[in-house]
Amino acid sequence: MRKRKFEPVRSLLEFRVLSERDILKVHEAALEVMEETGVRFPSHKALDVLEEAGCRVNREAMVARLPARLVMEALRQAPSRYLLAGREPKDDMWIDDKTSYLSTDGCCVDIYDIHSGELRRTTRQDITDACKVADFLPEISYIWGPPVSAQDVPAVIRPLHEIEASMEGTTMHIQPETVISEKMARYALEMGAVVAGGREALRRRPLFSYMQCAMDPLGQDGGSLEASMVAAEWGIPTGFMPMPMSCATAPATLAGNLVVTTVDAVSPLVLMQLINPGTPVYFAAAPTAIDLQTGGYTGGGPEDFLLAAAFGEICHFYRIPLAMGAFATGAKEPDWQAAVDNCFAALMPVLTRTAILNGAGTLNGSKIFSFQELIMDAEIYSMVAKVAGGIEVNDETLALDIIKKVGPGGNSLAEKHTRRHMKKIWQPTVYDRKPYGAWLESGKQGAYEDATEKARWILQNHEVKPLDPRVKEEFARIIKAAEKELG
Amino acid sequence: MDKEQIFREMKNCVLEGEIELAGELAEKAVELGIHPLEAIEEGFTAGINEVGERFEEGDMFLPELVAAAEAMKAALAILEPLLLEQQAKRKIMGRVVIGTMLHDIHDIGKDMVASMLTAAGFEVHNLGVNVPTDTFVDKVRELKPHILGLSALLTTTMPEQEAVIKALEKEGLRQEVKVVVGGAPVNQGWADTIGADGFAENAIDAVKLARGLVG
Repeated sequence: MRKRKFEPVRSLLEFRVLSERDILKVHEAALEVMEETGVRFPSHKALDVLEEAGCRVNREAMVARLPARLVMEALRQAPSRYLLAGREPKDDMWIDDKTSYLSTDGCCVDIYDIHSGELRRTTRQDITDACKVADFLPEISYIWGPPVSAQDVPAVIRPLHEIEASMEGTTMHIQPETVISEKMARYALEMGAVVAGGREALRRRPLFSYMQCAMDPLGQDGGSLEASMVAAEWGIPTGFMPMPMSCATAPATLAGNLVVTTVDAVSPLVLMQLINPGTPVYFAAAPTAIDLQTGGYTGGGPEDFLLAAAFGEICHFYRIPLAMGAFATGAKEPDWQAAVDNCFAALMPVLTRTAILNGAGTLNGSKIFSFQELIMDAEIYSMVAKVAGGIEVNDETLALDIIKKVGPGGNSLAEKHTRRHMKKIWQPTVYDRKPYGAWLESGKQGAYEDATEKARWILQNHEVKPLDPRVKEEFARIIKAAEKELG
Repeated sequence: MDKEQIFREMKNCVLEGEIELAGELAEKAVELGIHPLEAIEEGFTAGINEVGERFEEGDMFLPELVAAAEAMKAALAILEPLLLEQQAKRKIMGRVVIGTMLHDIHDIGKDMVASMLTAAGFEVHNLGVNVPTDTFVDKVRELKPHILGLSALLTTTMPEQEAVIKALEKEGLRQEVKVVVGGAPVNQGWADTIGADGFAENAIDAVKLARGLVG
C-alpha cells in the first residue's frame, strides 16, 4: 500500500465570518462577563491562586470574578507558538497561527468491529489499533483521545492504560482527555517523563498535552482544573474545551454562544498563567446548538460550521492556538450525512487557519469509532488541504507557451509541463473513481469497502516502533502504584 | 558511443517522454549503422515495456504513458520506412484502424487509445475524426487490420457505429475484423445491441481488450 505525501496545511485562501468590529464586541462582552458575573472554579486550590492575584472570590458559590486587566495580562503571557512533540522527532508539530493539523477524536464507547462489522463496546486493544491506523495515515498528526475508552480496564487506572495503549499504536503526540484529577495528572506526567527521559526533557519535548472540558456556561470542572494546574506546574500544554449548546448552555443566538465559548476558554488560561507565566495553553472548542426536538447534542450542522470558523477568528485575535472540534458527525454510519458534516467541518476551520482540528474517525457525536470513517475523514482532509492551497498564478502556471503550442483542439497530455505539474493534482486513496465496469466487477466496491480493506491491511502490516521494555516496566510500576493509591 | 549505451539512452528517452530526443536517437542509430529492428526492439521497446509495468504498479500516470508513446512514435516514424526498404518487419501485437464517427469531432479519448495501443506494440492507423462509413470500410479492405476501433462521444453519432458494422457485413468483411466501440455514451449494453466484438471504458482497458482479441 502506498502512503500519500502530505504536508501540514497552510491555507492561502481569504475567508472571514466575523469583521474586526464583531470580534472586538465579542471580546469586550466576554471581559464584561468575566469581571461582573464571574466564572465558577470548583476547586479551592484554584480559587486560592485567583484570589491571591486580585480576583473577587465567592467561596460559597466557588465563583471568581476576573478583572479585565488580569485577563489581558494573562493573554499576553501565553505563547503563540510552541511545540507538541512526538515520541519520535519526525512526528513533532509546531503549533502557530498559520498551520493546521488534524487529530483523532475521543473517547468513543462503541466501535464498529473491523472484522465482523458489528457494533460492540470498546477495549484497550481498540485504542492501540485505532492509533496504529491513524499512525499510518499521513493526514493525521496526533492522537487526541484516547480514540476509544479502555472499558475492559478498571476505571481507577483506565486513563494510564489509555496512554500506554496509545503509545503502543503510535509514535505521534498524545493528548489525553481522560486525565481529570490532580493525582491522575501526576501519574500520567510521570509516565511521560519516563519516555522523555526526565521531567525537564518532557517540558522541552512535551510528548503529551492535556485536554480538559469546561462546564458551560461560565464554569469549569474541579478535577480537570486541578489536573491542568499540575500540567501548568510542569510546563506541559493544556487546553480547555467549552461546548456551549445554543438554546441550552448558551443563548440561542450564535453571537451569544461565542461570548460563552470565549469566557469558558479564556478564564482557565488566566489560572494557568498565574501558576506558571508563559506556560503553553491552547483554546479548544466545540460550540453547537441543541437539536430542537430532542434537546440532544447535534454533532454537525451549519451552526457548528459557522461557530467553528468564527471562534477560530477570535483565537487569532488573542494569538492563542485553537484546537477545534471538527468532523465528529452525528451520523450513525459513514454515510451521506457524515460526508456532508465532515466536509464543512473540515473546510471552515482550515480556511480560518485553525491550528488543530480534532477529530477524525467518529460517528454518532463522538460516541462510535469507525476505522472506515477515520480513513475517509483523512481523505476529506486531504481534499480540504488541496482546496486551501488555492490557485497559484504566475508565468509558469499560466502556461501561455503550452496553450499556444497545443493550439485549438490539441491536448497537453504529452507536454513536459504536464509531467512537471501533474503530481500536484489531488489523488484519491479510497474516493471512488473506478470506471463503471470496474466498479461492477469489484462487486460494487466503493470508498467504504476500499477503506475497510485499507484498515485491515494497515492493522496487518503497519509497524510502529514499540515501547522500550524498560519503559514498559516503569509503566507497570507507576500503574501499580496508582492502583494502590486510587483503587 | 557503443550500442549498449545508445540502447540505454533510447530506453531512458521513452521513460522520460522525450519526444524530440527519441527522433534524434533514431537518426543517430541509422548513422551508426545499427539495424532499425534492433534499435526498436532493444532500445525503444524496452522503454515502453518498463513504462507499461510501472503504470500497472501505479508508479506512473497517464500523461507519462502518453508522452512515452509519443516518443516511441517519433522513433518509429524514422525507423519504420527503413524497415520497409529492407523488407523487414518489426514484431507487432496486431494492426488497428481507429477513428471517430461521422459528424463527431471529438478526438482526445480516441487519440489516447491510439497512443496506448502504439505503446503496447500495435501498429495503429488513426483515421482522425468525422470519418465516413465508406472510409472505414475501405481502410479495412486495404489495410486488413485485426481490429477496427470506432469512437463516438455523442448520442447522435453512436448509430454510425452500427452503420459501419452493417456496411462491413454487406461488403463481406465482417468476419475479417474485430470491431470494438468506445466513447463516453457507449457501454457494454450498446456494444451487444449492435453486435460489436468488444467495448472498453478507457484507454487502459482498451489495450487489455485489444490484447485479448488478438491473443
